[in-house]
Amino acid sequence: MGRITLEKVQKKFGETEVIPPLDLTIEDGEFVVFVGPSGCGKSTLLRLIAGLEDVSGGDIKIDGTPATDLPPAKRRLAMVFQSYALYPHMTVRKNIAFPLKMAGMDEAEKTRRVERAAEVLNLTNFLDRRPGQLSGGQRQRVAIGRAIVREPAAFLFDEPLSNLDAALRVGMRLEISELHERLKTTMIYVTHDQVEAMTMADKIVVLRAGHIEQVGSPLDLYRTPRNRFVAEFIGSPKMNVIDGEEAAHRDAHAIGIRPEHIDVGEGQWEGRVGVSEHLGSDTLFHVHDTGLADVITVRAPGEVNYKSGDAIRLSPQTDKIHRFDDKGLRIA
Amino acid sequence: MATQHSRAAARFMIAPSVVLLLAWMLIPLGMTIWFSLLRYNLLMPGENPFVGFENYSYFLSDPAFQTAVINTLLLVGGVLLITVCGGIGLAVLLDQPMWGTGIVRIMVISPFFVMPTVSALVWKNMFMNPVNGLFAYVADVLGLPAYDFLTAAPLASIIGIVSWQWLPFATLILLTAMQSLDSEQLEAAEMDGASSWSRFYYIKLPHLARAITVVILIQTIFLLSIFAEIYVTTAGGPGNASINLTYLVFQESLQRYDVGTASAGGVVAIILANIVAIFLMRMIGKNLDA
Repeated sequence: MGRITLEKVQKKFGETEVIPPLDLTIEDGEFVVFVGPSGCGKSTLLRLIAGLEDVSGGDIKIDGTPATDLPPAKRRLAMVFQSYALYPHMTVRKNIAFPLKMAGMDEAEKTRRVERAAEVLNLTNFLDRRPGQLSGGQRQRVAIGRAIVREPAAFLFDEPLSNLDAALRVGMRLEISELHERLKTTMIYVTHDQVEAMTMADKIVVLRAGHIEQVGSPLDLYRTPRNRFVAEFIGSPKMNVIDGEEAAHRDAHAIGIRPEHIDVGEGQWEGRVGVSEHLGSDTLFHVHDTGLADVITVRAPGEVNYKSGDAIRLSPQTDKIHRFDDKGLRIA
Repeated sequence: MATQHSRAAARFMIAPSVVLLLAWMLIPLGMTIWFSLLRYNLLMPGENPFVGFENYSYFLSDPAFQTAVINTLLLVGGVLLITVCGGIGLAVLLDQPMWGTGIVRIMVISPFFVMPTVSALVWKNMFMNPVNGLFAYVADVLGLPAYDFLTAAPLASIIGIVSWQWLPFATLILLTAMQSLDSEQLEAAEMDGASSWSRFYYIKLPHLARAITVVILIQTIFLLSIFAEIYVTTAGGPGNASINLTYLVFQESLQRYDVGTASAGGVVAIILANIVAIFLMRMIGKNLDA
């Protein structure tokens, strides 16, 4: 069981308030992703939950029991660090067994759990190696192994994939998702990469400067972002935001339209193609001189041929236009 | 150093320094070995006949020799034990965030800047002196009889003085090693349920292994040839109680003017130092492999 509740949790470093009082509930078995630009307090929030930082105010409850003053080891949480934080002088086996050894578990049970974790993570052949002899992805798996043998109430991941190369990252992303499917344990995952957030999360928490901007499922955030920040942060390439006359015309301070919701070929908007990126499945155009914004990004399905400098006509899908007021909040 | 050409050029360019250093080492060594085979006493001028290993048999059968070897080993071992243990302790303490760390660190390092003769004199006259020393004063305040350190426990006192000098070195090396420990490892251990003792024993201490090895190797080199501290404080006495190999060689050459026996002693000292070095590398050298 791993239901984690934060009530008015607050963190100050000296005078600076990093996290203003904040409420959040994480249900048992959920995969929650904290996402936000760097410096938004997402890692600090994770460390508060882990107990590696003391809260300046508020309460943390794990399964209903107050955990605010518990030391990290007593919270039944396991953490995977960005640097993996493996113990370099121990073999993989000893690394994975370390939390069990600290818990004073007997040898037989320890061996059984370590071998099972190694099997789940495809590490059986590497058990007697040291972390220094492993590749990045394997180290990552050892770090996860060290977390799962404890059978914790929840897993905490602090940007675990940011040290891996792009191909490996996609693979590990899938592995972590599959692990969650299998274990059905609560997972809290911190990342600055909105693609990771969108692909893995049951629930995304978007943070900015310690504030929760929005909480919701990936598609909720994609379809109905609560404000401009969330609208621009979620989705890749990012949403086009247009203000001025075109927005006023639609009774809004600013309007947003995602690149994939603009049709190419005809329509009332006209511009000149700058750079085009051919992905094969899609083609991305950067369109200039529209009079709407500096650049409008457009995603056209398939292979569409426009050369740099060509004139292009665009038409937004009217029902997919997001409208924002002067405070940047969504207009329903 | 990729091509054959650049390798040849590199060899050519380091050749002068290699030759110079080799000569610097080989000529004195050769002369020492040569002198050790001669009857060569400055008090008996005249012929210096070749006598083979006579000097060696004199030196090795000297009753002071055995004492000197044991004392040398005790001195090295004792100082290593104190400085390594104390150094680890101080490194752990100084690694904690606290107010005034900068000043405390400089104060901890300062004994290393005091030259050996001076620090030995300070210890002898201001601390250990049974009449004027600070320890005698403290004993007096507590109503205890004054303890004459350098007479009653000369070797232990010298071990204390030398440890005091070398503790900063060990602390400094171990502290820098400690600071290179990834803090996420300690946090991970904390999450894994390790107590502060377990974190020290399973994470910090293994991390320090290489630095400890370096401290032991470097200190051993210097501690085998401790001289000034003995000369200034006890002059090897009382009797031969605090004599070490270096000091014995000194006595032979400069107090008895026996160049031949002193050279033989020097060669014996070199051999013993190498034996110690081999044992050390066997025991702890593997820590230096990456």
